[in-house]
Amino acid sequence: MPTKSLHDPFDANADLRHGSSCRHGHTGPGSCSCFDTASPDLEEKLERRATHEPVQADAHATGEDLSDEAMVDRAVESAIVRGMFGHNEINRRRFLQMIGGGTVAAALGSILPLDKVKAAIKDGGPLEKTKLRVGFVPITCATPIIMAHPMGFYERHGLDVDVIKTAGWAVARDMSLSGEYDASHMLSPMPLSMTLGSGSSREHYIMPAVENINGQAITLHNKHKDKRDPKDWKGFTFAVPFEYSMHNFLLRYLVAEHGLDPDRDISIRVVPPPEMVANLRAENVDGYLAPDPFNQRAVWDGIGFIHMLTKDIWDGHPCCAFACSAAWADEHPNTFGALFRSLIEATQYSSDINNRAEIAEAISPRAYLNQPQSVVEQVLTGRYADGLGNVQNDPHRIDFDPFPWHSMATWILTQMKRWGYVDRDFDYNRLAEDVFLASECAEVMTELGYEAPSDTYKNFEIMGKVFDYTDPEGYLDSFAIRRS
Amino acid sequence: MLSNLNFRATVLSLVMLVVFLGVWQLATAPEVLAPQQGELSEYEQLMGGGTDRSSSSGIPAPTQVFSHAFSELSNPFYDAGPNDKGIGIQLAYSIYRVLLGFALAALIAIPLGFVIGMSPLLNKAFDPYIQILKPISPLAWMPLALFVIRDSNMSAIFVIFICSIWPMLVNTAYGVASVRNDWLNVAKTHQLSNLRTAFTVILPAAAPTILTGMRISIGIAWLVIVAAEMLVGGTGIGYYIWNEWNNLDLASVIFAIIMIGIVGFLLDASLAQATKFVRYAD
Repeated sequence: MPTKSLHDPFDANADLRHGSSCRHGHTGPGSCSCFDTASPDLEEKLERRATHEPVQADAHATGEDLSDEAMVDRAVESAIVRGMFGHNEINRRRFLQMIGGGTVAAALGSILPLDKVKAAIKDGGPLEKTKLRVGFVPITCATPIIMAHPMGFYERHGLDVDVIKTAGWAVARDMSLSGEYDASHMLSPMPLSMTLGSGSSREHYIMPAVENINGQAITLHNKHKDKRDPKDWKGFTFAVPFEYSMHNFLLRYLVAEHGLDPDRDISIRVVPPPEMVANLRAENVDGYLAPDPFNQRAVWDGIGFIHMLTKDIWDGHPCCAFACSAAWADEHPNTFGALFRSLIEATQYSSDINNRAEIAEAISPRAYLNQPQSVVEQVLTGRYADGLGNVQNDPHRIDFDPFPWHSMATWILTQMKRWGYVDRDFDYNRLAEDVFLASECAEVMTELGYEAPSDTYKNFEIMGKVFDYTDPEGYLDSFAIRRS
Repeated sequence: MLSNLNFRATVLSLVMLVVFLGVWQLATAPEVLAPQQGELSEYEQLMGGGTDRSSSSGIPAPTQVFSHAFSELSNPFYDAGPNDKGIGIQLAYSIYRVLLGFALAALIAIPLGFVIGMSPLLNKAFDPYIQILKPISPLAWMPLALFVIRDSNMSAIFVIFICSIWPMLVNTAYGVASVRNDWLNVAKTHQLSNLRTAFTVILPAAAPTILTGMRISIGIAWLVIVAAEMLVGGTGIGYYIWNEWNNLDLASVIFAIIMIGIVGFLLDASLAQATKFVRYAD
């Protein structure tokens, strides 16, 4: 997090752009490295913070005194204020000059419960509630949520969490909306669609952290061993776990890139993940783009083979996430903070490949995934049989990274629009920032001693095509096959 | 003669069972594997080569189901957290939901059926609604129930309630409406009040029909609870089947199917027993 962004966002004269003026004294752009690397001053400051030393005001970097707490407040405020003005500095300054910074701050505070959200990510304060119910769908994507239970990550933060197995995403959504679950494992597009009120009743949901990246695959029935080119899939029936899922969007993206229209040339059916193998065996579907362990399970049972990993469509794509309603986080800020921290720790622990075999053992029993341990282990360690006679080795088959990049949300929103799941216009960045708590996640990661990215937006490359987050509409227009 | 018939029927039942189990066992006998030449390759191991697979067809043999049933039934009430409970606890949850939903339905259906049966006007007025609501699959109510009630357990009970109300309502109304006019006339000549007529003449006369309705209802309720629990998950015998389906563990699924049959039979038998008490001869 470059400290440039820590100027007062309600000050019309302050500049929030990261690299606009460089304190190293260079003039031209590109001549200074401080644009893309975190400042050494800040790193030092964060180091001191981790050891609970008082932080000296770093007047050189930010131009004003900022205490430890104030720095967090400022980061959050700044992200929101910048988001409100669509990252347009000129608009922001003009508006603040006209209205006055204090008025804006007060008005903003009345709409957004800033104080509570900020309090939530700071340590301390008694837990409002220690007995929690957190839902999960039994797939390896939920690894951090599940393993935090047997491996004691919740307990470490004073929480007594019941992780409840859920039959599918629609049920997870409804249980979460009804308040039966305090928080739930969800697919990363779900909090966005719920906040938009598309395919759900409208309710502001937040997604503090991603659970897993990669970790999905396309499995085809054994009878299709000779149809490895997506162009041959015309007339196929595919299953995906939910409409608002990365699975649906990635499958649509893939076939569309190969010239097939996902709504006309193939049929896509929603099947809850646990029922996919049985459907593949019955040949109700020709294949599926699904979460593991159900790809590996189809191989294990000799029904299908792994055609490709989603990692090869978009390396590092988000999949599942931990989500709860903004109202719940607002009412239970300290509990939310404790849950947030336990899940970040669990996710970071899962990301270490050396811990995967141990995790596989912890989450395979009947109470959790209810799968043969070897199947779960093959998924998590990435050394697996592909069903075609080969042993593959890909340690990044599934990976775990909590950071919810805002631009991931932007990409998801472009695809929701592309396939007609939402037909109205919205502000991409604002929505992304309302739902994906990237800045807060960075704070918690830093606090727990992990390395957090300094930006919350970056470009991605999906099947060789670059997604430019600054121009979502242009990206959308660049596709030939689309509904909108 | 009768005992002789019973005896022969029992023998025939047993023969059918043995033949069925024998055919099942033969059809699913585990393949005799050729002795492995040396170590399994890594690929074979990853494909589950070294582990005990149920059988070539994937359907477990009856011996496997029995040994599984034995291990489940030897410890039916263990509780290892919210997602892993013994079969006894799962069945108890399902029975509790069925009985509660059924009792609520009876509380409403029987008095309402009485009123409808006694009044030809109400009978005609209610008829179109009953005819339209009756054929709706109870599971079709589930999404609406989850959304409105906002509690999965209550939604499952509501689904039981809505599916068991119609047979009881229709049967009660029919039973009450078809009480013989002679008897009502006798009550009139004795100048019994309406309420007294209802309780001393109509109720005993209609009781067998009402109980038949209750028997149909509990049968349907038990059919529906399995599907409802598979949908919402959490607890119950339906969830148990769903959870084992995840793991394609068919021995557990078959075991659960047998348990569902036994419990359904017991529920039905208890109401059949109750019918005996209210039976009368003209």
